[in-house]
Amino acid sequence: MIKVDHASKRYPPGFDALSDISFEVAAGELVTVGGHSGAGKSTLLKLIAAMERPTGGAVLVHGQNMGSLKRTAIPYLRRNLGIVFQDQKLLFDRNAFENVMLPLTISGFPPAEAQRRVQAALDKVGLLGRQKAMPIMLSGGEQQRLAIARAVVSRPNLLLADEPTAHLDPETAADVARIFLEFRAVGVTVLIATYDDSLFPDARRLVLAQGRLQ
Amino acid sequence: MSMWLHQSGDALRLAARRLIASPVNTLLSVLAIGVALALPAGGQMLLANALQLARNSTPAPQISLFLDLDADKRAIRDIDGRLKNHPGVKAYRLIPREDTLARMKANEGLADVIEALPKNPFPDAFTVLPADDRPEAMEQLAAELGKLSKVAHAQLDSDWARRMAALLKIGRTGVLLMALLLGVGLIAITFNIIRLQVTTHRAEIELSRLLGATDAFIRRPFHYFGVLLGLAGGIVAWMIVAGATWWLRGPISELAQLYSLEFSLRPLALVDSIALLAVAAALGGIGASLSLSKHLRDD
Ligand SMILES: Nc1ncnc2c1ncn2[C@@H]1O[C@H](COP(=O)(O)OP(=O)(O)O)[C@@H](O)[C@H]1O
Ligand SMILES: [Mg+2]
Repeated sequence: MIKVDHASKRYPPGFDALSDISFEVAAGELVTVGGHSGAGKSTLLKLIAAMERPTGGAVLVHGQNMGSLKRTAIPYLRRNLGIVFQDQKLLFDRNAFENVMLPLTISGFPPAEAQRRVQAALDKVGLLGRQKAMPIMLSGGEQQRLAIARAVVSRPNLLLADEPTAHLDPETAADVARIFLEFRAVGVTVLIATYDDSLFPDARRLVLAQGRLQ
Repeated sequence: MSMWLHQSGDALRLAARRLIASPVNTLLSVLAIGVALALPAGGQMLLANALQLARNSTPAPQISLFLDLDADKRAIRDIDGRLKNHPGVKAYRLIPREDTLARMKANEGLADVIEALPKNPFPDAFTVLPADDRPEAMEQLAAELGKLSKVAHAQLDSDWARRMAALLKIGRTGVLLMALLLGVGLIAITFNIIRLQVTTHRAEIELSRLLGATDAFIRRPFHYFGVLLGLAGGIVAWMIVAGATWWLRGPISELAQLYSLEFSLRPLALVDSIALLAVAAALGGIGASLSLSKHLRDD
């Protein structure tokens, strides 16, 4: 599913965020990437999502080299990828339903079918009753679950999440972690960057320090 | 195809929603565009009326055909036949040389001179009313009729037509120039409005890219935003011109009556109205496109 082959990332002017990273993730696996703040966890996820290009080595997803993709090919690739961003990136001028609808609108889903899918995704994260709520009215845990619903509404087979349980109280964090385990249980490959991998006891653990795999 | 329709519909709805979301800004932009477009549109309205007035109040232009002095009855019948079947001829009339002579003799001063002449010095003549009264068309017709056999000379009474055509040409050029300048202004207005829109929706644009949106998808709502803005401005311009027409109608009719002219100001013609709206929408779209190519470059 994912193959990272001697990948490195140097940000200008010359900071090595990642150095010589190699690992593979098989389909259906649950993997956590741990490490201190600034270790390079977000950078690693960005390479996999083609949000950044590696400056050395290669990153392959479904056998495709993410570093050498044409600009016009990237949109179609992203549609098969679920991403929960570290800063969530919810749109605060749209309600919960419309936020989750956005990926389906982008990929051109027929509206009736899209509506069913949005409701299914909201139901899955326990927000079906709050469809009309604006994000600002949601609690931190609810906002995070909304971001997850948006990431999974296209039913991707690969789900990336960047610190999805940060800033949540332990109980809410456990709730959110459970949602990822449920997706994993139905065959979705899940890769989670987290400082607290105790929430995912069954996961295979990768740990980064100063941009290197431990 | 149906997917494209859905997405276009969504983009259009989003654009309309954004326009409504900041009503004061939208209103001011639409007014600015409307006033800018009202000037050339109003100019066109006045020009069309001037043309109408010119047509109604000047004598119909005609072509006089003077025949050779030796033209006989057969030659006259021949020319008569050609004029009857010519599509460029609306009406014509023969003026026999005897009639001309009689008319000239009736003139006090000329009578003695003409009596002294051994024979009738006047030729037979036709007056021709052309079907197409544009100066170029009339000139062409005159040249053509002048070449008919036994026609000595074709004379075009077109001085007034030339003067009028020259005036109208100046008017038309003025309107065109105004339209061009204000069209550029309109593009500049939309360019700037769309730049602000892109800044306002920066987060949404970035997120849409991350969720797999193509450039076309991202541009579409902004493009429609520009088109809708232009269209709304076009409607405002139309209303301004219609209002001005209505306002001026009374005073102008009174003035026309003083000159015993049958004239009342007409509103913008349907074709011109449609052209106004189409051009307004197109210019809004062009302004948006230019702005998007500058401000949406991959970031
Ligand atoms: N766009 C960037 N430009 C320059 N440096 C960056 C950029 N993004 C991240 N970094 C640096 O790379 C290092 C790794 O960052 P990041 O991948 O966000 O770490 P983590 O997610 O593990 O906290 C940090 O030191 C950060 O300052
Ligand atoms: Mg991070």
